[in-house]
Amino acid sequence: MNQPVQHAIPELVELRIPARPEWVALARLAAATVANRLSFSIEEIEDVKLAVAEACTAVIQHENRGEFIQLTCEALSDSLRVRVHDSGRHGVEPAGGRSMDFDEARIAGLGVFLIRTLMDEVSYDVHPQLGTDLLMVKRLAAR
Amino acid sequence: MDIKVNVREAPGDCYVVDLSGEIDVYTSPKVKDAIGDLIDRGVYHLIINLEKVRYIDSTGLGVLIGGLKRVREHGGSVNLVCTNPQIKKIFDITGLVKIFGIFDSEDSAMKALV
Repeated sequence: MNQPVQHAIPELVELRIPARPEWVALARLAAATVANRLSFSIEEIEDVKLAVAEACTAVIQHENRGEFIQLTCEALSDSLRVRVHDSGRHGVEPAGGRSMDFDEARIAGLGVFLIRTLMDEVSYDVHPQLGTDLLMVKRLAAR
Repeated sequence: MDIKVNVREAPGDCYVVDLSGEIDVYTSPKVKDAIGDLIDRGVYHLIINLEKVRYIDSTGLGVLIGGLKRVREHGGSVNLVCTNPQIKKIFDITGLVKIFGIFDSEDSAMKALV
């Protein structure tokens, strides 16, 4: 097992997967592996796994998705930064809130709700031609 | 990565759905089909055993919610058996603990049905 990240130079891992359901497991395992390089707890690593999977799933379920999803995980000294890029014209969207009920619309928003709950920072960068970036940050808690 | 689904009849006009593995956007259709088949056959009291489920995402939650909505239309119910802390946490933060009966054992889930 590698030693946890303890240096100033960020470690960056990129993965490009087909935007299809059978590849989401690979994306979440890749993100979990990078998270494991930092000193996240098992619970926090599970949070990252789920958030990345939800981001990829949102892309896949969108009818205007691109052909591929690009995942970029950057292990910094104090945080993990994850970017999920969809080259389609519409990717994941900043919908969903902090309180939920369970009509059909809310079920559809569960994924975004989970992302916002499990990660410390979430933002979207939507470009009409280039696609959509979902940026997520999980910070290392002080230990 | 896969999901294993086993359906068995239990006492009290009820069926148990044992799930084992990971429930995500790829595997959840298999779970949806199993639950849907039971409801189509007129089974409206279900216990879904998640003890061997290592991972569930929003598509899995959506399948469970969809099943619950369908059985409730017939006066039925869905009780979940869940002991994995990470999966319990997902039910907690989404508020789904308020709409499902979630139990630590199949026995207690069964007793709560009847």
